[in-house]
Amino acid sequence: MNLMVASLLAVDPLLDTDKWWWKVLAIVAAKVLAIFVIGLIGTMLMVWFERKIVSGMQNRIGPNKAGPFGILQTLADGMKLFFKEDLLPDKADKWVFRVAPFLAFVPAFLLWSVIPLGGDFTDGKDGTVTWFGETTRVQLIDPPVGILIVLALSSIGVYGIMLAGWASGSKYPLLGSVRATAQMISYEAALGLSLGAVLLMSGTLSTSGIVGGQDGIGNWNIVATGFIPFVIFMIAMTAELSRPPFDLVEAEQELVGGFNTEYSSIRFGLFFLAEFMNVITMSAIIVTLFLGGPQPLTLGGVDMLGFAGPFGGTLWVILKTLAFLYTYVWFRATLPRLRYDQLMDFGWKLLIPAALGWFLVLAALQMTRDKYDGLGPVLLAAALGVAVLFVAYLLFNAALVVSKRNREREGVAY
Amino acid sequence: MNALLLAADVNVAQNIGFYIIAAIMLYAAFSVVSTKNVVHAALWLVVVLGGVAAQYILAAAEFVAVSQVMVYIGAVMVLFLFGIMLTRASIGADTDVNNKDWKLGIPVGLVFFGVLVYTVVDAFEGTVIVEPSAAQIASSTTLISDGYLGDYLIPLIALSFVLLAAAVGAIVLARKD
Repeated sequence: MNLMVASLLAVDPLLDTDKWWWKVLAIVAAKVLAIFVIGLIGTMLMVWFERKIVSGMQNRIGPNKAGPFGILQTLADGMKLFFKEDLLPDKADKWVFRVAPFLAFVPAFLLWSVIPLGGDFTDGKDGTVTWFGETTRVQLIDPPVGILIVLALSSIGVYGIMLAGWASGSKYPLLGSVRATAQMISYEAALGLSLGAVLLMSGTLSTSGIVGGQDGIGNWNIVATGFIPFVIFMIAMTAELSRPPFDLVEAEQELVGGFNTEYSSIRFGLFFLAEFMNVITMSAIIVTLFLGGPQPLTLGGVDMLGFAGPFGGTLWVILKTLAFLYTYVWFRATLPRLRYDQLMDFGWKLLIPAALGWFLVLAALQMTRDKYDGLGPVLLAAALGVAVLFVAYLLFNAALVVSKRNREREGVAY
Repeated sequence: MNALLLAADVNVAQNIGFYIIAAIMLYAAFSVVSTKNVVHAALWLVVVLGGVAAQYILAAAEFVAVSQVMVYIGAVMVLFLFGIMLTRASIGADTDVNNKDWKLGIPVGLVFFGVLVYTVVDAFEGTVIVEPSAAQIASSTTLISDGYLGDYLIPLIALSFVLLAAAVGAIVLARKD
């Protein structure tokens, strides 16, 4: 078999066939279309959901005019954005100004392709389904490096934010976008390190493989990695998405964000869409990584959504993702915003060291479990790991104290 | 040439893809040095690096390709742009991006190109890379990690010390505390 063909075939069992290529093409095209439509409608509903829940928490009514319960409000807003005048600042870099919204928007869409959206993964089944006599996955592509694509795409998304501010052609959007970029690349490190803990437990990079390894709630990565990486991932994700309480990138009351200043019409709409779509996709990625994706929650050995039959997996993904979406809205309505220096301190001095330390302890535990039998060596390794972490924490703290004292002596402390 | 390349061994689609991507990369690489705007130059460089990633995918090395995107496009180039924007982010053409001795670079580039071509041809002339099995392709990420955490562990650690030294040096240069 040819080199390139073989590596591309691993993406979907559907492609491993010699006949019926038109049927295969139709299924793939249908999947692409479905993801596109679900992405757009999901984002539309997410904006409505957020406005409705926040208004409920703030004792307001929220959108209630367009459609039942105001559910069509986002559609109305989108139409308005389409028909508004498209402004291009005089001093803007025209080409980059036009491209920047797409650099934010396209990666947000592409993220959908690697998320397992359904299928049966219980008892070691591989999650494939049979549609019209062809074996495939409820997932657009399943590349062997699936989860790394998520990281790569989220780092490409940074370009949209950064270039939008620069291309606007004045210094305030530029300052806003530099601040936003600094925040995103700082928290990407913590994100990647806590992801490492998951990969350590799963032993695979493919998203369907990660889901397949989380059979039963005790094997869900939120339990298997000891909860800390989940918390770090969730916080880093919130910062990466510039969601409250880390939304100083676009804090409407006090600051100018990169793209909020000069962008109007549908170009602004694309940024807005990308932002809300990222909230949904990233929630789905947390679900995939830590909560087993389409894996069911069983009660006495019985799938609690067993009545849904083949749609059970998809229903579980939706339910779990909704829980996270609600949590994000809840954060927004209740938590006060961080200051910029607090944000950077939190990311660099707490999240990254904690994620790194936890990753090392998990690696040591995994190594011991592979090499020795019984509980004794594992406990010893855990104790040693905690001791090393404690010493490292003391050293790190000492370094911080010294650095702060030096800054104060020079009069540059804030 | 001691090995004969048969027509059946050549993947036409792969070759066409290679030359299309290579042409885009060449155009982008020339644009990096010919554009008058520093930020545009950095963006053209992003195109070149993206082209490298695409070539890796053509060579069935998707792990290397994704790492290329993550490290070069996601981290290195973002920092490049970051540095440019914090220092001299003017919109429009810069008049002083060209050094007056820029022509001196041409022979240096040609010599460098010649050395590279010579080295590659000298090392790999006539070598036919054996087609890996499907199992090898499926576990290519495992093979890479076994390589750099096994046989090449010492060079990896040495490299990380070089990077650490660079980071410490940058901090020492940048601030006094």
